[in-house]
Amino acid sequence: MGLDKLLVISAALFCCGLYTILTRRNAVAVLMGVELILNSANINFVAFSHYVSRLIGGQIFAVFVIVLAAAEAAVALAIFLRLYATTGSVEVDMADHLQG
Amino acid sequence: MIRYAHLIPLLPLAAFFINIAVGRRLPRKGDWVSLGAIALGLAISIGIFYEVFRAYDPNFKYHVVFPWLDLGGRFVVQGGILIDNITAVMLLVVTGVSTFVHLYSIGYMHGDPRYSRFFAYLSIFSFSMLGLVLSDSFFFMYIFWELVGLSSYLLIGFWFEKKSASDAGKKAFIVNRVGDFGFLLGFLLLFATTGALGFDEVFQAIREGRIEGTLLTLAGIGIFCGAIGKSAQFPLHVWLPDAMEGPTPVSALIHAATMVAAGVYLVGRVYPIFTPDAFLFIAYVGLITLFITATIALTARDIKKVLAYSTCSQLGFMILGLGVGGYTAGLAHLMTHAAFKACLFLGSGSVIHAVHSQDIFEMGGLWKKMKITAATFIIATMAIAGIPGFSGFYSKDMILAAALEFGMRNPQHMILFAVTLLTAGMTAFYMSRLVILTFFGKPRDPHKFDHAHESPANMWVPLVVLAVLSLGFWYKVPFAEKGWFEVLVPKPASAVSVAAPVHPAPAAHAESSSEAARETEEAGHPAPSHAAEHDEHLVHRAHSIAMYSSVGVAGTGILLALVVYLFGWINPERVASALRPLHTFLVNKWYFDELYEATAVNGTKALSRALGWFDLHVVDGLVNLCAQLGVWVSFLVGKFDDAVVDGAVNGVATATIESGSFFRRFQTGKLYHYVYVLAGGVLIIFLLKVF
Repeated sequence: MGLDKLLVISAALFCCGLYTILTRRNAVAVLMGVELILNSANINFVAFSHYVSRLIGGQIFAVFVIVLAAAEAAVALAIFLRLYATTGSVEVDMADHLQG
Repeated sequence: MIRYAHLIPLLPLAAFFINIAVGRRLPRKGDWVSLGAIALGLAISIGIFYEVFRAYDPNFKYHVVFPWLDLGGRFVVQGGILIDNITAVMLLVVTGVSTFVHLYSIGYMHGDPRYSRFFAYLSIFSFSMLGLVLSDSFFFMYIFWELVGLSSYLLIGFWFEKKSASDAGKKAFIVNRVGDFGFLLGFLLLFATTGALGFDEVFQAIREGRIEGTLLTLAGIGIFCGAIGKSAQFPLHVWLPDAMEGPTPVSALIHAATMVAAGVYLVGRVYPIFTPDAFLFIAYVGLITLFITATIALTARDIKKVLAYSTCSQLGFMILGLGVGGYTAGLAHLMTHAAFKACLFLGSGSVIHAVHSQDIFEMGGLWKKMKITAATFIIATMAIAGIPGFSGFYSKDMILAAALEFGMRNPQHMILFAVTLLTAGMTAFYMSRLVILTFFGKPRDPHKFDHAHESPANMWVPLVVLAVLSLGFWYKVPFAEKGWFEVLVPKPASAVSVAAPVHPAPAAHAESSSEAARETEEAGHPAPSHAAEHDEHLVHRAHSIAMYSSVGVAGTGILLALVVYLFGWINPERVASALRPLHTFLVNKWYFDELYEATAVNGTKALSRALGWFDLHVVDGLVNLCAQLGVWVSFLVGKFDDAVVDGAVNGVATATIESGSFFRRFQTGKLYHYVYVLAGGVLIIFLLKVF
């Protein structure tokens, strides 16, 4: 299995994540799309680490991204809980309080 | 004593300030302050006169100078006191008459609501006059000259509630200003050419020839204009009769001894500067005055007006005397006139006080009621008429002799003597007429006659003293060669050099020049003996002719008055109706007032109106035009401000608002919008990178 196949999988995963973010109205689903994008990035890290740099740094960076994603999910879910408590829904197109 | 000379004017000045400030609250309303000040001045003057008289030195001179105004070191105006023999006499005359007037006013002004102010005015007047007498320079003389004008205005218009009195005050002031302007121009001309203000310095500059010829004649005539105003000479004599509206003591003070004497004194003071032409001018002005005013006095009905015109006429005598070279004669007449005219004025005041009328045709027979007033009045009348033994004879005779002497040297000017002699006769006539109508004959108004009474002592004592001073022996011991005044006040040498006349002289000029040349010769070195002998003979002849003819005309005048008014052999009414046009002409005072009304007064009014129109239309128009232009420019600037400056400011603000409301629409707050933009942006960068 070569580098280009891995990059294609990663790009497909990225597009799935992007599509999820753009189309889903439920905030939790959007968060899932974000997770997909993060993981596509992880695949890239690992693939380039294995095929290009021959060093372990990329794989360590992937571990960091996983940790970051966990923390991010915790913060995001906490925000959704507050959002739900305030507005009674977690629809992202309802949550436009930052409009100028 | 002479060291205290500066106190003579300063004491009345202090009295003026005291009386004007607190006079009303002082005991006796402050009259004693003024009287005391002037009486002290009289005492000092007597002391000075005593010293001068004991020295008996024709060249006596006391001169102190102090710097008065330092104009930055380059030019210092000097103040100074100059006392020579004539000053000493004038001091005595002014303080003497002024003291009597003060004394007399205590009775005359009794009960006046502005009693203390009257005395304050008398004091400031005395101050001005004494300062004038003592001043040693043209500059100071001019200052005091104007002060005399001001204080005379205050005194003449003292009863200013009466319109005629306030008008008379204004008239005196304005007419005097006309003359004063001439004086100012004259002495400025001298100052501009010689750079000196003091009398001695100016005389010295003239001797050095720094100003000469026509310019000097003009300067002399200019200064003489001042004398024309103050001494009421033709054509500015019109103020003096009107000034009789003032209280009678004021008339006595102003018109007998002081203000009108100032002009004569001025001419005497600056005598050396006059050129022969200027002297001729002076002589003819005097001649015209003495004749015109004497004719007016012939028909006047008001006792004070008769005296006023006689004052004008006597001043004409003095001026004429000075003009024809009779320096001593003119000033001697000034001195004797002061005494007898003060006596006449105060006597007329006494009469007016008694009968409450000024019309001599309502009087008559007052001799029985007021013997002292009548006796003193008659003595003074004899003096003014020129009866031998009285003071007026002594001085008037000298003037006539000087005029005759001048006429003999210059036969074409013989008219100077002839008219003067005729006028001397007229003087005797009108004064006798006044005395006869007032004191003799039958009372023409029994009611007024019944109420008449002799005046109180403080009014008749001055009369008696002045009448005694009108006797001749004070001035010249009978049959003596010369009076003391002639010795003490000799004619000063002229400062004008006549050696080289600048312009070709006409006949009159040449002859008077030669006369002046003769005088300078006399002063310098003796003239050829036969000429001197001839001269002495001429002088002697002139004197004897003048004496006999003056006694003759005086006697004729008095006799004529007796015949007409006392014995009634000639009816004055018939004479008047026979000479109706002449009589009307004289009663209307030669129409001088009407003439001045028509020319000077109306001319001034027309000029004022024209200037007023110019002011209102042209000057105001220009000012208004400027204002209008300002308004227009401001309007335009305002518009510019509104449109451009405010527009720019508002434009910036509007643009900010507009752009803000445009850009806020991008800030939707919707998450997926941001993601679209993010993704779009990445895509665009990617595409740019690839292609």
